[in-house]
Amino acid sequence: MKKTILLGAAALALLFGAPAFAAEGHDDLPHRESWSFAGPFGTYDTAQLQRGFKVFREVCASCHSANYLYFRNLAQEGGPHFTEAQAKAVASEYQITDGPNDQGEMFQRPGRLSDHWPAPFPNDPAARVANGGALPPDLSVIAKARASHVGFPGFITDAFTQYQEGGVDYIHALLNGYVEAPEGVTVQAGLNYNKYFPGHQIAMPKPLSDGQVEYTDGTPATLDQYSRDVAAFLMWAAEPYLDTRKRIGFQVFVFLIVLSGLLYFTKKKVWKNVAH
Amino acid sequence: MEGHSTYQPKNKVARWFESRLPLVGLVHSSAIAYPVPKNLNYFWTFGAILTLMLVVQIVSGVVLAMHYTAYAPVSFARVEHIMRDVDFGWMIRYIHANGASMFFIAVYIHIFRGLYYGSYKAPREVLWILGVIIYILMMATAFMGYVLPWGQMSYWGATVITNLFSAIPYIGETIVQWLWGGYSVGDPTLNRFFALHYLLPFMIAGVVILHIWALHHVGQNNPDGIDVKSIAKDTVPFTPYATIKDTFAMVVFLLFFSWFIFYAPNYMGHPDNYIPANPLSTPAHIVPEWYFLPFYAILRSIPDKLGGVICMFGAIVVLLFLPWLDTSKVRSARYRPLYRQFFWIFGIVAVGLGYLGSQPAEGGYVIASRILTAYYFVHFIIILPVLGFIERPKPLPASIADAVLAKGGATVVAGASAPQTKG
Repeated sequence: MKKTILLGAAALALLFGAPAFAAEGHDDLPHRESWSFAGPFGTYDTAQLQRGFKVFREVCASCHSANYLYFRNLAQEGGPHFTEAQAKAVASEYQITDGPNDQGEMFQRPGRLSDHWPAPFPNDPAARVANGGALPPDLSVIAKARASHVGFPGFITDAFTQYQEGGVDYIHALLNGYVEAPEGVTVQAGLNYNKYFPGHQIAMPKPLSDGQVEYTDGTPATLDQYSRDVAAFLMWAAEPYLDTRKRIGFQVFVFLIVLSGLLYFTKKKVWKNVAH
Repeated sequence: MEGHSTYQPKNKVARWFESRLPLVGLVHSSAIAYPVPKNLNYFWTFGAILTLMLVVQIVSGVVLAMHYTAYAPVSFARVEHIMRDVDFGWMIRYIHANGASMFFIAVYIHIFRGLYYGSYKAPREVLWILGVIIYILMMATAFMGYVLPWGQMSYWGATVITNLFSAIPYIGETIVQWLWGGYSVGDPTLNRFFALHYLLPFMIAGVVILHIWALHHVGQNNPDGIDVKSIAKDTVPFTPYATIKDTFAMVVFLLFFSWFIFYAPNYMGHPDNYIPANPLSTPAHIVPEWYFLPFYAILRSIPDKLGGVICMFGAIVVLLFLPWLDTSKVRSARYRPLYRQFFWIFGIVAVGLGYLGSQPAEGGYVIASRILTAYYFVHFIIILPVLGFIERPKPLPASIADAVLAKGGATVVAGASAPQTKG
């Protein structure tokens, strides 16, 4: 028996010690921020999503597309929840190419709620040319397409704590991660040093700084606040039904817990007179 | 264990039908009267849980297929369409995506249950082999399903796995091009994977029927690994005893499943699969779904490509020979003091391989993978055959009824069967 324990311990040591001989070291991990939509009862903060939308629209959207967003989403419950009139007003500020009309010609018209969020560039090569050769990624699902590497044992505890905010934490960290390159690091021409970007050299120049976007609700107009708000907005863009999901999840849990309790006692009663 | 049905149709119409097609009698004998050993523990509820998961996957999958389009330029967007524009599409997709992981969690518990209690031994060899076939079909189905969202991991996972076949000498390249329907993974690949992903679950359902048929023919194994001697004393009828226990276990499993669907839906997935497939940009680490990781580790631990492929498939194929590799006559690890220890070591090795499969193939990880891969095969090919000859099993209880009473603390005539001196 002792041998087994020893062997088991050796095997465990081998596993858990494994990261020690990993060839590459880990960079700074994004800090885990507190988000209103985290945890089993989390919901989006409507005001925050509205501010985030402002940052997205005035800053991000000038280079990044968000192809899976519709104008109608802006009025959606569990989202920025603008009034329909507000969403219509936003849509009408954009010119959308429609057609062909009965003359066989394409034409421009103001946007409607049923239109997709218009992309800033007509195609990928155009976006590359305008951005020094780098393609700004589509932001529709970016909050789910990014995460920070947790490793062992974080990935196990995350299953219990329901940590699903790796993407937003990364976005927040990235936007705050533009610092001077440490000594000895040469940043290539056209790239910028970022503490949290994999490889540290990112084509996107520092997009946000204090005071850049005007907030009308008294929220501090700081880089940290902008990055939180826009990260939250991007989380909503990637997961628009999060509020509904968590609400239904709670109902499902109540139902299943009650049902399993009833079944447990029924099972006990059925088996009462059987030795097993 | 068949023929215990006491079903007698009471009304005339039922009698008329039963004499022409004994369908109700079949259901009665296999789901109501079927004798179940009294001493089964909750590990025996995973068969029912797996059946439930197969139904969940087929139903949710059929609904997803109604909204999905297998065409490389739009498939990623179609999945997002399901997530955003289809009523409760997000729920159906999260059920299906996490359902695959739940299916594998349940099947791994089911397989390790079989390993621990010796459920693969005579007379259950065919039952076991059918199970391994289901497992292989599940892996093929899950792999192709993961390709359908056409994200980065879909594309590159498909590229890595299909490329394995290029290791076959002489005809490898031709086979790979035939699988792809072109010179790289592309739209033809996506389309055929979709077709096969829809087909294979029904093949699984077919083999599941054979699996259950074989089970009901030979009867269930049990934690003591001894045969049923008296139906009256050792067993209880399936309904209500197993029915209620299985239902309870299924609901508890659904609770576990719901945790992921509603609160951590992307926990089991890889963030890179939310990036549309891009043949020009290889992800930093291509990682398969977690349930393939042990085999992925075995594949990468062998420096030779063909050797790696052979070992990876060998790691699964070896399971087919398990009934004959294990030479011990005693089934349950409860009465096999040595095997019990090796079982747990094997469990740790399998989990360890899974961890190593998720790490980059470099440095110490490769060395560790090689050691554990070697142990994986040593376990089956050397330890199990030898153990049967050198191990002294503990005395077996005379019957299931005796084993149950012993557990209850009653005085028992223990060891009525002679303690085996050799396996």
